[in-house]
Amino acid sequence: MFDDFFIRALVAGIGVAFVTGPLGCFVIWRRLSYFGDTLAHSALLGVTLAFTMEFNIAISVFVISSILALILIQLQKKTNLPGDALLGLLAHSSLAVGLVVIGFLTFIRFDIMGLLFGDILAVSVNDLLIIWIGGAFILLTLKFIWKPLFASTVNYELAEAEGLNPDRAKAIFTILMAAIIAISIKIVGLLLITGMLIIPAAMARNLSSSPQSMVIYSIIGGLLSVIIGLFTSLEFNTSSGPSIITAALLLFILSLFKIKQSIKLKN
Amino acid sequence: MSTDQNILVKLNDAGLQLNNKWLVKGVSLQVEKGKIVTLIGPNGSGKSTTAKIALGIYKKIGGSVEKYTNKVGYVPQKISIDWTLPLRVNDFMMLTESLNKDTIDEALSLTGVIHLKDKNLGDLSGGEFQRVLLARAISKKPDLLVLDEPVQGVDFTGEIALYELIKKISGELSCGILLISHDLHTVMSATDHVVCLNGHVCCSGSPMDVAKNNEYKALFGEQASQILSRYEHKHDHIHTDEGEIKKN
Repeated sequence: MFDDFFIRALVAGIGVAFVTGPLGCFVIWRRLSYFGDTLAHSALLGVTLAFTMEFNIAISVFVISSILALILIQLQKKTNLPGDALLGLLAHSSLAVGLVVIGFLTFIRFDIMGLLFGDILAVSVNDLLIIWIGGAFILLTLKFIWKPLFASTVNYELAEAEGLNPDRAKAIFTILMAAIIAISIKIVGLLLITGMLIIPAAMARNLSSSPQSMVIYSIIGGLLSVIIGLFTSLEFNTSSGPSIITAALLLFILSLFKIKQSIKLKN
Repeated sequence: MSTDQNILVKLNDAGLQLNNKWLVKGVSLQVEKGKIVTLIGPNGSGKSTTAKIALGIYKKIGGSVEKYTNKVGYVPQKISIDWTLPLRVNDFMMLTESLNKDTIDEALSLTGVIHLKDKNLGDLSGGEFQRVLLARAISKKPDLLVLDEPVQGVDFTGEIALYELIKKISGELSCGILLISHDLHTVMSATDHVVCLNGHVCCSGSPMDVAKNNEYKALFGEQASQILSRYEHKHDHIHTDEGEIKKN
């Protein structure tokens, strides 16, 4: 069954959507969109390193993104620069360094478009294992830290005062962000990973009245985006990442009609 | 039981320094089971900071804090909740601890906001939200309640009722309460121990002791201490459990 490249891409995309759904909600709630982008940009460096050292891409991306997150936290503590400036600095410099390194790697054939925007031809059975096992691990961890993470998202001091250890939850969540980028890079592409996190969750926000329902709608939105996007990609020979994100955007636009209705009801 | 076992939290010469400036310094106090300790003082005197030190929110403090319980309920003074979160009152009640329906309903009824249970948190008025905050803090049946101006924005009759409730809870749950309040009337009627802050502990003791203190008078003015003495005159009777008034 997994002989067919398209089935593999579909199974991979579905696995990714299950994880980006809940994580994306937290990205929106905690205003981490640009943070996710920064980690994703650094992924290019991770990929190039993986090629140079003939190492697994997902693990290499995960390590580089985690290191970048640590550097960011240190810079936030030790400089007076605002957070968004630091994020921009790291995002663009890590992307630039990644591209420069690629320039040196003339001996390797590189599909840079596939890397940036996803490639459904590239998903191997090995990648499926990484996505589903890694994804299950991410979701389990998220379930474990849900309470402190959510409570501190609502109010940090309440969570800290009532003994939930929000700092630990935040650190673990940062690592989960690096992990989801690592596992979804093949299917969505590194430039569009943040879109996969944010857009289905944004759509879900328009439809939901509680955190739990937002997570569920976000997963459903992600699944639909992946399925619609991948079929489009197959049909019209477009890159998988942009096709998935465009499908997500259409779902988001549809969800806007729901808000209009509920605002009307209120008035 | 000796007094020591009743201590829930104890501050020893505690303080917080930020950018080389002490926000509050040299605070020693303790909150015991079933007792209400109130912090008073002008704006910027370090009341909220002291409460947060007691809660262990700040990591780098001067002096030390000994905390003997993890069952804590907290009503912060300012709470900036991001309204992009779809959060109903019911979800908010279970923010830090999972509670069953009856417990939630009971707490919301006590603070008079049970009818708001399914409302979105962003749609509440300031006073309604304050009542929800208080309900959330007491619903966990904590050992230690830290209430930072818990009735701000609540209407006048509600304010009195909520202070009555706070007093009742301290008795029923035999929990210790660290209260910050601006309302001197209430402070003096409900409190076992008053700590008057102004960047440091300017005076402390029973409400009457504090009222007579000269530093307190200098801080709050002559009128404030009259409030207290007037208050004492009002109580030439006690209320029995049956709600009857008994002359002393």
